[in-house]
Amino acid sequence: MPKHTFKVNGRQVTVDIEDDTRLLWVLRDVLGITGPKYGCGINVCKACTSHINGKAFNPCSVPVSKIGPDDEITTIEGLPATVGKDLHPMQEAWIDRDVPQCGYCQPGQIMAAVDKVREVKHKGGTITDEDIDEIRNMCACGTYFRIREAIKQGAEGM
Amino acid sequence: MAGQHRSGEPGRPKTGDMGRRRFLGYLIAAPTLAVGVKLGEAGFDPEPAVAEAGLPSVLPEVQEVYDLSDLLLDSTRPTANLITVVVNEDGTVSFAMPRSENGQGVTTMAAMLIAEEMDIPVEDVKVEPADARPELLFNQQTQGSNTAITMYTPIRVAAALARGRLLEAAAIKLGDEATNLRTRAGRVISKAGSSIPFAELAAEAASTETREALTQLKPREEYTVIGTEQRRDDIVAAVTGQKTYTTDIDFPEALPTMIARPPTIKGTVESVNNLDQVKNMPGVSDVVTISTDASPRTGPSPSGVAVRARTFGHCIEAIRALDITWGPGSVDGESDESILRQIRDAQAPFNAPSPTPLDQAAGEVPLVTEPLGNVGPTEAIEEEFVFYWRSNAAMEPNVAVADVREDSAEVWTPTQVPIWTQQQVAEELGLPVGKVTVHVMRGGGGFGRRLFNEAPLEAVRVSKQTGKPVRLMWHRADECRAGRAHPMCTSRIRATYSKSLGKVVSFEQRHTGVSTDYTEVFGEMLTSNAARLPFSNELSVSQSVFYLTVNVPYDFGGIVLGYNEIFAFDKFATGSVRNLNNADVRPAQELMVDRLAAKLGKDRLEFRLAHLEEGRAKRVLEKVRDAGEWGRELPKGVAQGVAVHEEYKGVMAVLAEVDARPRTANRQIRGATTGPRVTRVTMAVDVGLPINPLGLRAQLEGGIMTGISHVFTGSLHLRDGNFQEASWDDYRYTRHWNAPPEVNIIVIPPEGERIGGAGEFAVGASTAAVASAYAAASKTMPTTFPIGHEKGLPFTVKSFEPPVPPSPKDGLRAYPAPSAAKGAFNPAR
Ligand code: FES
Ligand code: FES
Repeated sequence: MPKHTFKVNGRQVTVDIEDDTRLLWVLRDVLGITGPKYGCGINVCKACTSHINGKAFNPCSVPVSKIGPDDEITTIEGLPATVGKDLHPMQEAWIDRDVPQCGYCQPGQIMAAVDKVREVKHKGGTITDEDIDEIRNMCACGTYFRIREAIKQGAEGM
Repeated sequence: MAGQHRSGEPGRPKTGDMGRRRFLGYLIAAPTLAVGVKLGEAGFDPEPAVAEAGLPSVLPEVQEVYDLSDLLLDSTRPTANLITVVVNEDGTVSFAMPRSENGQGVTTMAAMLIAEEMDIPVEDVKVEPADARPELLFNQQTQGSNTAITMYTPIRVAAALARGRLLEAAAIKLGDEATNLRTRAGRVISKAGSSIPFAELAAEAASTETREALTQLKPREEYTVIGTEQRRDDIVAAVTGQKTYTTDIDFPEALPTMIARPPTIKGTVESVNNLDQVKNMPGVSDVVTISTDASPRTGPSPSGVAVRARTFGHCIEAIRALDITWGPGSVDGESDESILRQIRDAQAPFNAPSPTPLDQAAGEVPLVTEPLGNVGPTEAIEEEFVFYWRSNAAMEPNVAVADVREDSAEVWTPTQVPIWTQQQVAEELGLPVGKVTVHVMRGGGGFGRRLFNEAPLEAVRVSKQTGKPVRLMWHRADECRAGRAHPMCTSRIRATYSKSLGKVVSFEQRHTGVSTDYTEVFGEMLTSNAARLPFSNELSVSQSVFYLTVNVPYDFGGIVLGYNEIFAFDKFATGSVRNLNNADVRPAQELMVDRLAAKLGKDRLEFRLAHLEEGRAKRVLEKVRDAGEWGRELPKGVAQGVAVHEEYKGVMAVLAEVDARPRTANRQIRGATTGPRVTRVTMAVDVGLPINPLGLRAQLEGGIMTGISHVFTGSLHLRDGNFQEASWDDYRYTRHWNAPPEVNIIVIPPEGERIGGAGEFAVGASTAAVASAYAAASKTMPTTFPIGHEKGLPFTVKSFEPPVPPSPKDGLRAYPAPSAAKGAFNPAR
């Protein structure tokens, strides 16, 4: 079986698995990294959103063979370390606003929010309602209003 | 009780407590302090239920005197056994709560109640859902928004008993009188200033025998926790990815398992034509044909092919490779149009203002309020509203982990009905109930979805057949197509009014739909309580639920409500979805109220205010009128709508604003369903005593988002015997691009100790207010819901064979999402 080597949350890993196995299953079912959630498996719900080299992506829709040895994957578990703290400012805002209900979509929401804020900041702007409107992450508990407030608050700390 | 020790009530102020009630509980023999309470005995509502106060002479609508909360409360009274609170040696307090936690915040609420009575920090109370406990009978189901209502007193009694014991233990240690001691922040404190942490008292306070004990509860005036805002107990775990859901559990031998499901609803497997080939695919461990039926041991015909493999990715590949010959389903060839025709054929005629007691035409019992009298000439308005199928899918799909052995079984699943799950699993496997353990996992959304046992039954079937533990999960496509749906229905309303009197004379609503499957739990409860209901006990369960949950909050003269349905309960897979009938019944009503106001030349809000029967309802309506600036100047195409709702012992008003201007409705976000935007929602809610206003508001906010989905976008399309949707882009629940940027929820401060439920409360009212605002903004009253449903399918239908779509390879870029290749869809166009 082919071997695949890459970095997850600062740790070098090697897995023996078929080339076309989507990364979400490698993370969850093989490596036991269960923060990224399954909500659809077809790049729609965004519950699995994680970062590759600092940018948001959806591991349910990426064959593991597309991940190279130099690629750095960050899941929700590894997000605090990217700022060298126990919690990322976005997670702190999520706690402060008591965002989660069932919580299932929230790892993906937070990873998407961090990416969106980075993108907006990179362009020299501040996050607006219109930016948030573009986030595709689904939440069946309907926590959207609190997410909206938390993103604005979290962005201030980023 | 002679000779039996009853602990007194040390340390509670004696002022004004002559009439204060004492509650019975149990000290439990254990190494550390443990107390128990029978849910039924200690759990008497502080105020007697209205139903017990006797029925008024003129029969109001049933819901007003005896709503679903009363029924659940009464059903929980006689049968319960103990729930227990344990003080651990580290001073923390544990409580295994006989309820499911799917995001409603009930464990947080329980922790608050315990913290309040015991004077310890909320963080020091650990509450987890309890395993299935058959002795609790109906006390372990989570539905009908009943948790706050039924658990409020029993939990407090247990905590108060524990506190009393800690005081007694401290008194011995300090050589003081317990009455001289008080508790604060997890410590017992004496007047002299010495203090002992609970941790040091837990073992000494333990009882050596199990016996009865009496206690009193902290008086309302002294509450410092109840009524304050508390964050969710699992919030840190939830935002760091550490919260453990069913498929996350550490059980490596339980391999991922998925099921290939039929292309039509309730189809069957005739043959699997390439079994060996698929068994030999990489990573695949087992392929077995099983029943996917929701009841144990039913049907000789298998209806799914299960694949157990190294990862869920391998399961998906194998399912896509399976060549299966499928047999017919239960509704092959049926479509939205054919079902609507059948519903219309079954609709009962309007017959107000002189309804007969039994409406023979539809075999239904209409509820009639008062005689109409002679009011002179009247005019009438009449309308039919159509509500299409809705999915109640949660973000976490149906899941269960199962390990079936020769003579026992263990199951992990986020069930809302653990005892029922345990019973059904035992029946399926032919095991005694005591040999089946059901662990109740924290779930990723409930909404009535987890009142049914498809996932645990499927999991144990596969585990039994393969002889191996399994980690079963549904694919998202399964959720849409094989999951439970809110039944399609019509609601017809006819109202008569007198222009000369300026009054509404009669209001008649006839609701007809595909039958709702209530067999799981409501069935037995209603049967056992039927004799207590103030109407014939021959009603079907669905009719009972309808009459128990539905009312008209306005004084509109003669009110007639009727309900009937078509098909056997299991022809479609239906179920009670968040807010049961009110998500349909209420928007239909409120739209007609708007029309009546217009006919009588009245302002829509003031008209409602003038016709509300209840003072609390008037107050919440006035609140939203003022806070939401009713009647404020808005651009053409933007308008307000309003609704009032009474249910679950609470009352609320909602004022919504909808922007239907073309430039808003046609806004372009790639792949989004845009359309009219709800820009602002103001809600005022009176639930009596809100235990955790922060959690309460979360539930209400979620209800608003669901209401928005119901009005504009969220529906399933039935064609050729199955639903066409297969993803969250197909089934269009509210997304960020639809969510209102402004939400203001006013929680009326506590009054009395009457507890109302919240989980479902906001859905019907929000749907109604948003529909009303949209009607005003667009100047057209919508009569089909969601409004976009009949505009065709704004997506490419995914394959039915194979039953799950291929896994994409384009996920390296999240934004713009590759799945969002298409332009935006405006459901109002
Ligand atoms: S699971 Fe990856 S986008 Fe839905
Ligand atoms: S919090 Fe439950 S799905 Fe988002």
